[in-house]
Amino acid sequence: MSEYLENQLENRFNLFKLWNHSSPKPDFLKTHSSSIKAVVGNTKIGADANMIDSLPNLEIVASYSVGLDKIDLGKCKEKGIKVTNTPDVLTDDVADLGIGLALAVLRKICVCDRFVRSGDWINGDFALASKFSGKSVGIVGLGRIGSAIAKRAEAFNCSISYHSRSKKPNTNYKYYSNIVDLAADCQILFVACALTEETHHIINRKVIDALGPKGILINIGRGAHVDEPELVSALLEGRLGGAGLDVYENEPNVPEQLFSLGNIVVVPHVGSDTEETSKAMADLVISNLEAHFKCKPLLTPVL
Amino acid sequence: MADKETQQPEELPVVFLHRPPSFILPFGDHLRSQFHVLDPYESPEPYDSFLARHAPSIRALMTMGPTLVSAEFLDRLPILELIVATSAGLDHIDLPACRSRGIVVTNASPAFAEDVADCAVGLLIDVLRRISAADRFVRGRMWPVKETYPLGFKLGGKRVGIVGLGSIGSEVAKRLSAFGCTIAYTSRNKKQSVPFPFYANVRDLAANSDVLVLCCALTKETYHLVNKDVMVALGKEGVIINVGRGLLINEKELVQCLVGGEIGGAGLDVYENEPNVPKELFGLDNVVLSPHSAGGTPEGFEAVLQLTVGNLRAFFSNKPLVSVVSNE
Repeated sequence: MSEYLENQLENRFNLFKLWNHSSPKPDFLKTHSSSIKAVVGNTKIGADANMIDSLPNLEIVASYSVGLDKIDLGKCKEKGIKVTNTPDVLTDDVADLGIGLALAVLRKICVCDRFVRSGDWINGDFALASKFSGKSVGIVGLGRIGSAIAKRAEAFNCSISYHSRSKKPNTNYKYYSNIVDLAADCQILFVACALTEETHHIINRKVIDALGPKGILINIGRGAHVDEPELVSALLEGRLGGAGLDVYENEPNVPEQLFSLGNIVVVPHVGSDTEETSKAMADLVISNLEAHFKCKPLLTPVL
Repeated sequence: MADKETQQPEELPVVFLHRPPSFILPFGDHLRSQFHVLDPYESPEPYDSFLARHAPSIRALMTMGPTLVSAEFLDRLPILELIVATSAGLDHIDLPACRSRGIVVTNASPAFAEDVADCAVGLLIDVLRRISAADRFVRGRMWPVKETYPLGFKLGGKRVGIVGLGSIGSEVAKRLSAFGCTIAYTSRNKKQSVPFPFYANVRDLAANSDVLVLCCALTKETYHLVNKDVMVALGKEGVIINVGRGLLINEKELVQCLVGGEIGGAGLDVYENEPNVPKELFGLDNVVLSPHSAGGTPEGFEAVLQLTVGNLRAFFSNKPLVSVVSNE
């Protein structure tokens, strides 16, 4: 959790840090459960059905994340518990990282950096990389983050297509109702949709094979969007050209078979991890909680 | 592999290939189909006698790589009219000597512009978001051990100062505008058709920027343009990206500023003494290093070929050249 957020919460509320109570959690909940009115979670831990059931006076779940996959929304709705997230403020950062990963994979920036640091340059020139500008870009999920990726990629003269549940009315980007067709027609595929039951493993073997041995997959969504064993075998067998990954099915564990590959870039779920955005997200969590307890409208309500 | 020549090469216009013995771009077949290519390193004849024998027919010369074109060398080519460079930078060519002899010079900057701009943006995102360092962290199996990775910095809203707003600098500006950066620039002269604020010198630009991107030509005036004074003006969180030439920066002072925390980070594609890179940089996570590969894509080389051939064809058919360098 962000240190700044912890400090801000402690200054304003009676804060329990659940991770300090991990072993005797049942005891902790028995003692304090009736006094807890709000839960603050993040991308790793939210409020599941068990937690919600064990907090009889819970009024609000304020998540320090845009994704809501760690919160049992059905349960919250049923019990009239409010839910807020931190949309918008992290949109730019996630899109920036997506483009940064695509540039790093195509232009082999991390490999170049290893090449120079190891002293290998003395022994000969570096092999050619691939061009990014002008490539055809496919985006899965044209929400806030997907649109921000599209805007950036357009400045690189990339053509933009997308797949989503339905065609968007206010865009000229080419729509594909079938994700396999999108993957077959683009050179770089960005995963930028929300994780739901429908989008679980939306990137499967068919999609990967359609993207093909020259295609690049960038995942800045959630690990469970991608069938990870299929991705790993496609990369190892050369059926996929490369990948830039910020998220994984079983974080913080990343498939170690990937570590010897030069055509991938792996970063540790840092999509929105900048000083500037972390502070803005923390401020938004605080503002939502304060609004709730002052009976004012929430700033970014989900429920 | 022997070339089968379908046309008599001596009927084609003569182009002299000026290159280091060890370096050749894969242009040969394409060039030979349109020009009578004179390559001294393909001939068994000693270089000097080869050059002397052919000099009376050499009106056009193509440079590959950073091969020096000195005044003394030009003296050996009395009827030379055109130098076609396959690089963006021309610091290996004695431009005043070309000017005084009436020799026109073309470069390949427009062909490299997209790739070099992509590299500049890639290096900048990498430095701010610590992508290469994060990749090392994950591959080093540190994620399960340390759990959290240090925060990076946001690109949006950064004030980017571009040093040299030519074809490469303009492509950098176009890209970074889409990320929500504000753009300002310095160059020899203020550009009339450009909406970005102009600074007359690099120190003032640095003082008003969070990021400096160097993509100007290396000349006597731009040698060590970025020194300690400029870096201090840029500030402790400032980032320098260099996709121009190593000698644009005083490298010794750059290393001192990075090691001492006087600036926030750097993304470097070029160095003072390539392929030697200061070893003090190898341990820093706020630095991203690439081996002068900003222009290195197959598509980029194809564009260079098209551009250089376009210049040569235009020259031999008395049409306007495609990418003449202003040499005033």
